Amino acid sequence: MPPVVVSQTTMKQKTTHIGDKVFKTTTMMFALFVFALVFLMGYEMVRGSELSLKQFGWKFLTTSKWDPVAEEYGALPVIFGTLVSSLLALLIALPLSIGVAIFLSELAPRWLERPVSFLVELLAAIPSIVYGLWGIFVLVPWLRTSVEPFLIKNAGFLPIFKGVPYGFGMLAAGIILAIMVLPIISSISRDVLRAIPNSQREAAFALGATKWETTKIVLSDGKSGLLGATLLGLGRAVGETMAVTMVIGNRPEISYSLLDPGYSMASVIANEFAEATSSLYTSALIEIALILFVVTIILNVIARLIVWSITKKFKTT
Amino acid sequence: MKKINIKKYNWRQTKNAIMTTLSTASVVVAVIPLFLIFFYTLAQGISALNIDFFIHMPKPVGELGGGMANTLVGTAILIGLGCLFGLPISIFAGIYLAEYGNNTFGTIVRFFTDVLSGVPSIVVGVVAYILVVIPMKQFSALAGGVALAILMIPTATRTTEEMIKLVPQSYREAALAIGIPQWKATLKIILPTAMKGITTGVLLAIARAAGETAPLLFTALGNRFWSTDIGHPMASLTVFIYDYAKAPFEDWNRQAWGAAFVLIVLIFIVNITFRFVTRGRYDEQQN
Repeated sequence: MPPVVVSQTTMKQKTTHIGDKVFKTTTMMFALFVFALVFLMGYEMVRGSELSLKQFGWKFLTTSKWDPVAEEYGALPVIFGTLVSSLLALLIALPLSIGVAIFLSELAPRWLERPVSFLVELLAAIPSIVYGLWGIFVLVPWLRTSVEPFLIKNAGFLPIFKGVPYGFGMLAAGIILAIMVLPIISSISRDVLRAIPNSQREAAFALGATKWETTKIVLSDGKSGLLGATLLGLGRAVGETMAVTMVIGNRPEISYSLLDPGYSMASVIANEFAEATSSLYTSALIEIALILFVVTIILNVIARLIVWSITKKFKTT
Repeated sequence: MKKINIKKYNWRQTKNAIMTTLSTASVVVAVIPLFLIFFYTLAQGISALNIDFFIHMPKPVGELGGGMANTLVGTAILIGLGCLFGLPISIFAGIYLAEYGNNTFGTIVRFFTDVLSGVPSIVVGVVAYILVVIPMKQFSALAGGVALAILMIPTATRTTEEMIKLVPQSYREAALAIGIPQWKATLKIILPTAMKGITTGVLLAIARAAGETAPLLFTALGNRFWSTDIGHPMASLTVFIYDYAKAPFEDWNRQAWGAAFVLIVLIFIVNITFRFVTRGRYDEQQN
């Protein structure tokens, strides 16, 4: 009888429909969880740092006394240390990274480009702790015995190169960070340059431009993308922990000399969190983590929006 | 006819040569640290390695020798926990992004996954401390596992998505055409097809997690003794390196290099494998 057949098919359709719906909703829940994780992390840290937030308010960011014994916590020295070491790292890594990106996207033949890209990516795969180990036993002694005495002798009149060659200090941290952010900046810059349509290059070559003149045009097309890559590198440098902790010297003082030991936000958490005895101490350290979190989130959001929009723009046109 | 200004032409060519050389030179400078670090670790590490190193426990302060057997087991357990918590979330989220994520919500999730990958690992450690250590009132491997899971989620999610997207559309059409419901097609046909790629991608996330130190410092903490109890502090390869690198004993420093060597070799093997497994697929997609 026809009616029975009809009801059977509708029933069957309905069950498969439900299966799909359940599956889609389930996977969506997990996707939602990943999305919510960012907010959950922020919320938990705000809750965890409540004590310190109430006690110090904005003063937390502007006072420079970090004294667990007197229960006084000011984050200025560690913020300063993070800023200086990260900016130093960018100063060293940025020109090199752009050079690498130009090589990979504009100059290298295909057979060379792949292995070189891979080597640069491998640099990113080395764990932070191994960088730190190498920093302690190779980089720091080298800085102490050769580089820093040389700098003091020849450039000691500059306030940034005054002092005693400790080896451990801002300079060591900046160099290690530069090595660590180089892969991320160069690989994203390479992707940005590659996204720029070939017609731009062809047009320049057709007008008789040299390779470098063409590259300059490509670079100016990709300007904003390169900025995005730089910001992502900065985000990485700001949050880098182990390698910096092992070479920066860990002294919560502000000094204008790059040769002096300093401290960074990530290092102070790494060193002191497990030993924080009072709840205010823990709370202050969580507040530093919260600042790091907010800063890296902002950097990442801006950078990724820039990189996304530029690669999308050139893809559609 | 206008004559070419030879002087200017030569200058342009010179400038071109200079900039090309600089760019090539920067590649050399960038890759030098890789070789320096790798070969130094190799040279220092290999002398510290012997069978004892893998099967013995750390010796008390002052005694020479000893091993890191407990840290290898500890790292394995921590990674296991990380996978247990992190992978189901990542794989389902990845499936969603690949199969249903072609909308605003998908874009937002994708965006936040990328942003999550930029959160410093030390911050993730602090979150795991708040979520697990404070309620349990104790440092534990469990907390370390949660931290590693959060760190693995972004990479694992995005790789799953990419790998599922690489499965040809005709597979989906064929499955749906013979009347298989979509969810079954996804789980039984698409997912197994993409499994090889997902597995290697997950291995990559694991390799990265295995090298993490900062999030373990105040979650799993570290342990000089044999422990497989996930409710208690647990040793890990990376925290072992950290402790032994800071220690003022030469023998300990030597062992730190040994452990670093083991770690770096494991990580490089996984990275190189990933490279070879995915190479063919990416090529197909690009062409």
